Amino acid sequence: MEIFVQQLINGLTLGSIYGLIAIGYTMVFGIIGMVNFAHGDVFMVSAFIALIFFVILTTWLGISSALVALLIVLVLAMALTSLWGWTVERIAYRPLRGSFRLAPLISAIGVSIFLSNFVQVVQGARNKPTPPMVGEVIVLFQGESGYNVAISYKQIIIMVFTAVLLSIFWYLVQKTSLGRAQRACEQDRKMASLLGINVDRTISLTFVIGAALAAVAGTMYLLYYGVVSFSDGFVPGVKAFTAAVLGGIGSLPGAVLGGLIIGLIETFWSAYFSIEYKDVAAFSILAIVLIFMPSGILGRPEVEKV
Amino acid sequence: MNAPSITTTSSDVSATRGRIDWAAALKDSAKAALVMFGLSIPLLAYRTDQSGADLLLDPRWDLVAILCPIIFALRLAIHAFTATRAYRKAVPSPRQATEVVHAEPSAFQKVSRFGIPFFLGVALAFPFIVYVVQGGLNESRYWIDLGILILTYVMLGWGLNIVVGLAGLLDLGYVAFYAVGAYSYALLSTTFGWSFWICLPLAGILAAFWGIILGFPVLRLRGDYLAIVTLAFGEIIRLVLINWVELTNGGAGIASIPRATFFGIPFNSDEDGFAALFGLEYSPMHRIVFLYYLILILALLTNFVTMRLRRLPVGRAWEALREDEIACRSLGINTRNTKLTAFSIGAMFGGFAGSFFAVRQGFISPESFNFLESAIILAIVVMGGMGSQIGVAIAAIVLVGGPEILRNLTFLQAVFGEGFDPNEYRLLLFGAGMVAMMVWRPRGLISERQPSVILKERKAISGSLVKEGHG
Repeated sequence: MEIFVQQLINGLTLGSIYGLIAIGYTMVFGIIGMVNFAHGDVFMVSAFIALIFFVILTTWLGISSALVALLIVLVLAMALTSLWGWTVERIAYRPLRGSFRLAPLISAIGVSIFLSNFVQVVQGARNKPTPPMVGEVIVLFQGESGYNVAISYKQIIIMVFTAVLLSIFWYLVQKTSLGRAQRACEQDRKMASLLGINVDRTISLTFVIGAALAAVAGTMYLLYYGVVSFSDGFVPGVKAFTAAVLGGIGSLPGAVLGGLIIGLIETFWSAYFSIEYKDVAAFSILAIVLIFMPSGILGRPEVEKV
Repeated sequence: MNAPSITTTSSDVSATRGRIDWAAALKDSAKAALVMFGLSIPLLAYRTDQSGADLLLDPRWDLVAILCPIIFALRLAIHAFTATRAYRKAVPSPRQATEVVHAEPSAFQKVSRFGIPFFLGVALAFPFIVYVVQGGLNESRYWIDLGILILTYVMLGWGLNIVVGLAGLLDLGYVAFYAVGAYSYALLSTTFGWSFWICLPLAGILAAFWGIILGFPVLRLRGDYLAIVTLAFGEIIRLVLINWVELTNGGAGIASIPRATFFGIPFNSDEDGFAALFGLEYSPMHRIVFLYYLILILALLTNFVTMRLRRLPVGRAWEALREDEIACRSLGINTRNTKLTAFSIGAMFGGFAGSFFAVRQGFISPESFNFLESAIILAIVVMGGMGSQIGVAIAAIVLVGGPEILRNLTFLQAVFGEGFDPNEYRLLLFGAGMVAMMVWRPRGLISERQPSVILKERKAISGSLVKEGHG
């Protein structure tokens, strides 16, 4: 029972991170129908940006309050990662609009290889650890066998930040003109452009928002694990994509739901079955979901047009 | 760094005037440099170095200061280039009006008429050429090894070309079959002591079998989803190879895999060895040269089978499937069997290549079969122009041989300092090249393709008329 509750907490934390990344996948797929394979690496880049700013803030500027440092890092990481997202879209995807269908995917694979190796070249291949930022834990209740169920401040911060940013983002998509333009482009790009929506700009903004949320995920990932390496984009990226598909690709609540489910499955699988095969589990879920329920939990079934 | 496109209005204006709109070009270039500046904070400007438990930051603003002007100049150069090109296009050339569309043999036909015998001749004579040039067998080892490496990728490229280029099924997990082939040979030979010549066909059959197993679930998927699922399968196989320690020895890999024999005659210095039987002086290079010809024959076999299959109904069904799956199904082609044959035959050649890899290396570990390897093989197929056999071979030479040349350019070290290792930049350039290829020539180096079957008259199909990748 204690283990169950503990894993539930851990799973929800991990799931929030996956959910944040998954939104980037689901929005891009919704609007231009491509799998942005490089999104996982954008997430990794954001974790590195956050890492460097953390070091600058804590050691050079001597900011001792972890929460203040975190807020500043978050804003900076979001801004700079958005720029990465924008640039990637501008260089690698926009010229391919109207090209054959697999061209953007292949281009995205190229971007993914480029980004991870770029970070390897400029930052080195080693794992980069950060000094523990928020260490305290709250013991929720004590089990009979002396097993304490605890929630750390880190986990609270991650869940709160995720919830807050998701609501801001939800407001953006549902209530603002930008969100309206985005949903219009999602439904019919040509019609939207006829009605005076700047489609290119809307698509660019979609990438920017996706990258910004990936930056939140990257900062939270760094906070949670305290270590990042250049190859850390691929597996979380695939898991987040799994989450997006599981929740129903194109659906925003679906992405968050899928992220939470994938996070929970991963932690419970690691706790009760085998930790070695946890990635196998994630990849298997991906294959099973794509094959047997490609429209996901909250997605609309795809209509085949001839 | 930035895409070669400017806003249409400015290019139209410059086309009519025949010169560049400098103000707009400068403004845009400055913007590009500014973006570059933003991107380099903080990733490029500060390098993290670990000392003890702490991370230290090593500022490198000089690098940023060099890069931003470079981007500015590049962007400006692109503007100048597009403007002059737009100007030239606006003035019609007198040749254009009289040009007959299909009168001249296309670039592809020219390449195939003289290029194929030339390439084949060079490939066959390669060890001899290297022997003469380097002046000895042992001295030519490096070059023959490189030849073997390139030919392995040519073979893998041709194998994947069946799946991606002909059937239009984007497979991101091709390396799984390579792994199955390699592990089949390694396990069969180390546990049962079977010879390479028995294991080679078995490895191919096993890989084909896996091709069918993994092909079955993905029959209904198309496009991106198919690609992602095959990627997942490739990763699952790699992770199982790492974690199933009892069978595969896990991440440590399988070592001391038996070497290849000359149809039963070992390459050693014994009485009944290859050298003694043929009256030659013993040299370890005999085995290497033999391996070179072995992979050459395997690769040519792949090519030969593919070319023949293309003329068979199944090959034509593959190409039909690539063009339009729904039309294909309505015309009564069994798409299930068509896809499965493509997967299994492609996988079979991957398996052959894998068992060759194992016999050549003598050691295999799961790390040789990661996603990057799949991406490299896919890049070879894409860059070669999907479906073009000669294009795949050229792409393999460029993508695999190119980095080796980069490694040997010692003058680069004189330019960039002693610590410069061009090999570090191999994958960086590789990823950028993949993007550039898609932007610049999405249909590959050789984008025109010959129809496999001709009705009455031979016509070249322009790449732009074909929409592959809908499978």
